[in-house]
Formats: sequence, structure tokens, C-alpha cells
Amino acid sequence: MKTSTLFKKGAEASLYLTEWQDRKVIIKKRLPKKYRPPRLDEQIRTYRTIHEPQLVHGAKQAGVPTPLVYQVNVKEATIIMEFIEGKQVKELLNEQSEKERRHTCAGIGKAIGRLHKFGIIHGDLTTSNMILDHEERIVFLDFGLGEKTNELEAKAVDLHLMKRALQSTHYQVAQECFNAVIDGYSSVLGLEKAKEVLGKIEEIERRGRYVTERQT
Amino acid sequence: MRKPKNSANIGYCLGIESTADDFGIGISTFQGEILTNVRDTYVPAEGGIHPREAARHHADVAARVLEESFAESGVKPQDLSTIAFSQGPGLGPCLRTGATVARALASYLNLPLAGVNHCVAHIEIGKLKTGANDPITLYVSGGNTLVAAFDAGRYRIFGETLDIALGNCLDVFAREAGLRQKSGLPFGAVIEKLAARGDKLISLPYCVKGMDISLSGLLTAATNLLKQEKYALEDLCYSLQETSFSMVTEVTERALAHTGRMEVLLTGGVAANKRLQSMIRTIAEEHNARFCVVPSEFAMDNGAMIAWTGVLAHNCNMITPVEKSFVKLRWRLEKAEVPWVT
Repeated sequence: MKTSTLFKKGAEASLYLTEWQDRKVIIKKRLPKKYRPPRLDEQIRTYRTIHEPQLVHGAKQAGVPTPLVYQVNVKEATIIMEFIEGKQVKELLNEQSEKERRHTCAGIGKAIGRLHKFGIIHGDLTTSNMILDHEERIVFLDFGLGEKTNELEAKAVDLHLMKRALQSTHYQVAQECFNAVIDGYSSVLGLEKAKEVLGKIEEIERRGRYVTERQT
Repeated sequence: MRKPKNSANIGYCLGIESTADDFGIGISTFQGEILTNVRDTYVPAEGGIHPREAARHHADVAARVLEESFAESGVKPQDLSTIAFSQGPGLGPCLRTGATVARALASYLNLPLAGVNHCVAHIEIGKLKTGANDPITLYVSGGNTLVAAFDAGRYRIFGETLDIALGNCLDVFAREAGLRQKSGLPFGAVIEKLAARGDKLISLPYCVKGMDISLSGLLTAATNLLKQEKYALEDLCYSLQETSFSMVTEVTERALAHTGRMEVLLTGGVAANKRLQSMIRTIAEEHNARFCVVPSEFAMDNGAMIAWTGVLAHNCNMITPVEKSFVKLRWRLEKAEVPWVT
């Protein structure tokens, strides 16, 4: 294997960029976390290493672009996968015009709709986990916190996370972006289902801390 | 505490804290020197904090705490330049008691009032005492558990608990275990001592959702195991701490990696826990960030942090007129203006 360079040091895993069998790949390595007890650490890393590729694969079946997974090593807690070239949606949104932004966000919403229709919860929907590749596809990354379920609650929490991510990273345009996400989402799941999820999101927000709407 | 210098040019702010079970008064100079930090904590005979009982306690001790703070600091009432109080978020009756004392003082001394956001104050006292400039803050207490950082005029919440606060989780478990709370020694400290003697990790639910966490399931599971009497209390405390602290540490590290900040600030009552400190220090070092932790006397709710934040507000001419000094029970951190931060 060629020498690898540290591409990104995330909180959960380190990503190394390298070449593997003549392909540009990312090695995602969940390094032991010194702060937590070894047994808990191993449980968490093993669980996520096994589940992430399953969800990445499931997402493809649902029609959502994700990187190809080439190799999984549970013992080492590493995943070798395709390197996606393109631009992080996080940066993209800050450069786009209002119309372009709406298009991007509707695309994101459609993809989330497809995932949910297939019972896949991403678990960490942020704009830094989405890449616009050279074929103009939005590729979803990092399913490490995801799960497979058809529960309404889980879907609503997932979309709620997306909303929160928009609010913290793109607060000037968060509302307009989220509205477009919902438009895309509804177009896949149908208005009725989408309304159900939106209702649940409201319920979750009311559960939130210090939410003024709860005061009556 | 140091006596203030005898100069007419030094401004003093008196701050009143009363969001929950603590009633505290602190006095800060305009330069950020804390001259006094007096506190009296309401300890319920049984169960958790009863808001009305806590408020009654605050009303009972207010005059004495005020006298003590003047005596200890050597500041006279007529030396004060401004009165700050914790305007929210918190328990209504408790907040109202503190606000009433603040209004009375301000109108008697004819001084401006400054309504301060309690969460902002925890961050500001941490910054003052550690020299942190632009940190990722993990604020963990009995009422709040959140990860925040300053961006575009506000402290933005990156992640928070979806249900109960970390301190609340530890408190309820301690009460269920029949532990006794002594005045001045919070339940968290009792659990920390027991946990230090445990070493068997019992599997408990670990729940991280993006940058948010959920603790209620963990609490229920831990309480159920407690009732089964299968495990040593020390091991349960150890497992509860390790699991919940790992969760908040993971989301803090995520925020750190996401924002690339160079400092991590640990503040709030649970910040006094040495185990949590060591976990946060570990991730700070791993990301080459400076680890900052609020000194323990300023970790729990206290008047000094309100006084210092009052100074910052005063410097920005932020005055809360009496008719707008009503308490805000659900005043989110993100809704508070902090024009002094740039």
C-alpha cells in the first residue's frame, strides 16, 4: 500500500487518503479513544465499524449515492472506501445564489426522503457530511451514527438534526434551506407522510429545552 | 478576598444569582476582580428541588448573604455602579426572588439594572478565570448540558441534551440510591467519590444523536440495576459516570473537530468533577487545543459570574429597565445578546 496522508481528523475517526489497488481511497480508522474505558471504547468502535458499511450499502439500494465500500476490518476498526472528489455542501451553500441553494437543499431533502422510505436513519445529517461530486450528485457520507428503523420518531429526530445543523452552520439562510429540504422530502414520501414527520418534529422541538412555544 | 483599592474610579457591580437551589451574591470590579462570592444552598429535606420551597429559602437568606458580601468585600452600597441579576433560564419562583432583591437594591440606590442570561454568565466567568478567548464550551450542570461556541453575535448551541441535564441525571441516581446530600457538598461530589472506588464497567445505554445526547434512558437503566441489588453501588456510580461522561466528551470532541477552535472550556457545576476534567483534557490535547476549566468555586451557580457578566453588559450600555426586568424562565443561550464578544 502506498503511503497515506491524514486527510481529515474527525472526532470519531481519522480519514487517511491513499491509493489501494490503483484506486484513490479513504481509509476510515476509528482510533481508540483514550478518554473512555477500553471496554466501552471497543464496543462503540466495533459496533459502528460493522454498522456503517451496512447502512452505506442500504443507502445505495434506496437510491442515494454513497461511497463504495471496498474492505472492512472489524478488528482494526477500519473501513476502506471510495474517495469522493467534489465540494462539501457546507462550503457550497455559502457560495450559491438563493435559487441554486434551494435546488441543492431540495436535492438533499429528496435523498433523505429516499433513505427514510427505506428505513435508513443517517444519524448525523450535517452539510459537512454531504459532497457534491463531479457528476452533480449529492453523495452522503458518514453513516457511523445511523440505524435501520421505520420508527416515525427516529425519522423526525434525523430531520430535526438537519435543521439544527443548518441553524448552527448556515444561520442566515437556515429557514429557507430547511423549507427546501422539506419540499424535496415531501416530493419523495408524499405530502401525508411528510406532514406526519413534520408534526413529530414540532413535538420534538416542544420537548426541547427552553422552547418558548411551550409556554402558554 | 482582597479589599478594594480606595479609588473613586473603580466601578463595582453586584450580581445576584437565584435560578435554582443556590442563592448567591458576588461583587466584581469593572476590571474583573472578584471581591466576594457568597452563596447559600437550599437543601431539600427529601426529594428534589421544590421551586417554591427553594424560593422561600432564598428570601430567608437574601439579607444575610447581602450583608456578608458587603462585609467581606469592604464595598459599601453607595460605592456600587450597577446591579446585575440572573434573569433566566431557571425556576420561576427562585428567579423572581432574586429579581425582586435586585430591583429593590437598584431603586433604593438609584442604580441601573442588568438582566443577565445565566448560561452566558457560566461561559463568561470561565473565560475570565481561565483566560480563554474563543473556546468551544461544554457547560454541564444540574439544569443544563450543552456544547456552544461564539459565532456571529451569539453563543450558538452545537449540541445539547435532548431530555435531562447531566447533573440532574447524577442527582436523581444519587437520591434513588439513598445517598444523603450534605450542605455545600453536591450529590455529584458524592457520586464522584463512590465512582473512584468502582472498577467494573456495567453495560448501560450510550446514546449520541449527532451532536446531541440523551440521558434519560441511561438514568432509567442505571436506576433499574440499582433496584436489582446485583451490583456494587461503587461500580454502578463508576459505570454511570464513565458512560455519561463519554457521551458528553464525544459530542464536545465533535464540535471541536467541526469548528477547529483552539480552546475547550469546561464550566458549570459538573465541571468540578475530576474524572470529567481528565476526559475533556484528553480530547483537548488530542486536537492541540488548550484545556480550560473554571475554578471549582465558580463552577456551581454563583453570584460572581452574574456580577462579572453585569460588568460586560454595563460596558456595552445594556441596561434593563425595571418594566422589562421580568424573569425569563426559558431564555435560551442563543437568544441572549452578547455585544461585548467579538
